[in-house]
Amino acid sequence: MSRNRALLGHFYFALFVLYLLVPLMVMAGAAFNDSRLPTVAPWKGFTWAWFGELFADQTMWGAFLNSIIVALAVVVLAVPIGTAAAIVLNSISGKYRATLYGFMVAPVLAPGLVIGISTVLFWNQMGHVLHAEDFFLFGRGLHLSTLGQVSYIAAYVMLLVLARLQSFDPGLEEAALDLGANHGQVLRRILLPHLYPAIAASAAIAFFQSIENFNVTLFTKANETTLTVYVFSQVRSGITPKINALAFLLILLTLVLALVYEMNRRRLARIEAERQAEARRAEEAML
Amino acid sequence: MQDLLRRYGTGLTATFCLLVAFWILVLVILPNFAMFEQSFRPYLPVVDIGGPKDFYSLGNYSKILDNPFDTAIFGIPVTMPIHIKMFLDTVFYAALVTFFCLVMAYPLAYYLAKIADPKSIPTLLLLLFVPMWVSEALRAFAWYIILTFNGPLNMLLQGLGFIDQGIRWQQGGIFTAYDAIVIVLTYCYVLFMLFPIYTAITSLDSNQIEAAEDLGSPWWRTHWRVVIPHSKPGIASGCVMVFMLSAGSLLVPTVVGSTRANWFPQTIYNFFNDALDWNTGAAYSMIFLLVCIFFVILMMRLFKVKLSDIAK
Repeated sequence: MSRNRALLGHFYFALFVLYLLVPLMVMAGAAFNDSRLPTVAPWKGFTWAWFGELFADQTMWGAFLNSIIVALAVVVLAVPIGTAAAIVLNSISGKYRATLYGFMVAPVLAPGLVIGISTVLFWNQMGHVLHAEDFFLFGRGLHLSTLGQVSYIAAYVMLLVLARLQSFDPGLEEAALDLGANHGQVLRRILLPHLYPAIAASAAIAFFQSIENFNVTLFTKANETTLTVYVFSQVRSGITPKINALAFLLILLTLVLALVYEMNRRRLARIEAERQAEARRAEEAML
Repeated sequence: MQDLLRRYGTGLTATFCLLVAFWILVLVILPNFAMFEQSFRPYLPVVDIGGPKDFYSLGNYSKILDNPFDTAIFGIPVTMPIHIKMFLDTVFYAALVTFFCLVMAYPLAYYLAKIADPKSIPTLLLLLFVPMWVSEALRAFAWYIILTFNGPLNMLLQGLGFIDQGIRWQQGGIFTAYDAIVIVLTYCYVLFMLFPIYTAITSLDSNQIEAAEDLGSPWWRTHWRVVIPHSKPGIASGCVMVFMLSAGSLLVPTVVGSTRANWFPQTIYNFFNDALDWNTGAAYSMIFLLVCIFFVILMMRLFKVKLSDIAK
């Protein structure tokens, strides 16, 4: 009975992974089809031409660069904000904590288009109030995309850092203070080193969330685009397999990253297992 | 607060508080307030802003009641405003997507949490993560290729003899004009349902399941009475995420939708970008935001969970 259920489970899992992967394979495959339209059927022969066309596309390179710049800016803003928010939240309790927490996680639940529209309207109105409508900061553009993205990505950072703070022993800070450390040293030498794993993970998440972002960027951008919006506008305005070539490269990059991650994880797991085995042997030898 | 001051001193505490204040006030509260305020003001040329024509009214909101047309809901003919119909369609099909995602993700979450070999879990999770790292625009595009009239899906179905003629997924579909949108949204967001439920089931003690089975409970009752009640926070969280993402998606309906299947965010985008009527756009997104808040509260009531359980 339970053997059957396990088999059924394996089968369902395999089916699910197939369901997730097949569309991506179809898309990647179409990058090599010598056809004007992006498709795998009918197959008109193998070609590399679409990659050449992709690399020659200046708009794509511009959008790619913009995506990277925006993502880096989001990381630079969201990580300190989210970390500070987690530290502040951790130090208060009761009713205020719940309220503050509510305000902090609300942007995660808010639809992207609402974030985008409200950001544009707010900065635009600021321009009116200050009589500086033409100043670049108050108009639409990628700087507003960055701010809009930070408003919800900071919440992810906050949640990750807050989780890590639960395992922090505040006594360490007390000890450092008693031993004469100043406040800066307490933060730099005691608290931050404990938080680094969470900070690094949240920086990576912030970076990729920003690259992925579509809704906020679409509403806040002016003429400059990011890679996601570029793909969207290409799909909308008559498409060539150039985009498939781009998709193929991005999927390849994702796979390589995943493979590196998995190999690294296995290596660490093996080292850990060896260490434990050694500890066991040492223990047995002692007995 | 006292505690922060003692640990980090005035300078650092002030920096922390300023960062938090910048985030909460400048990036979250004030923009939403600006949207709220603008939504009650008419759309005017720049010279008239602040003039006598610039007063608060519900004019932008009442635009949703314009343009009544004849349509049918579940076969019952009704006359209703075109934007209301689109709004109801969006909410209904987003709820349908949420339901499909739940049905597909729950067994998999249970499998990962309780049946699969714990040692292989990181690898299995990675296998699921890889497709999610590919951007949403590309995933929608992949289905655009699959669902085209001469595309692989129709060829496969014809090859297997299920259908005689190709289906125009993006125009007519089998059931409604929204078929393609529902298929693609489900594909894009199913993993947002999987991970919260998986996390919730992992924390369930396997002994409880065994106890239920030893006491003669059939598998479905074990799930109904033991596993599902325990995974409620995960289910609520997944439902909220999937509903919000699908109802708020602009990308998928634009890529695979057609003129017969309109999604509410597309209307907002048209007001905002093509008509440059930001005020009506603001009013419509206020309406949209209210529905989202209502859905979150509904889920919290329905599953009896707190906000901190949903947003994790």
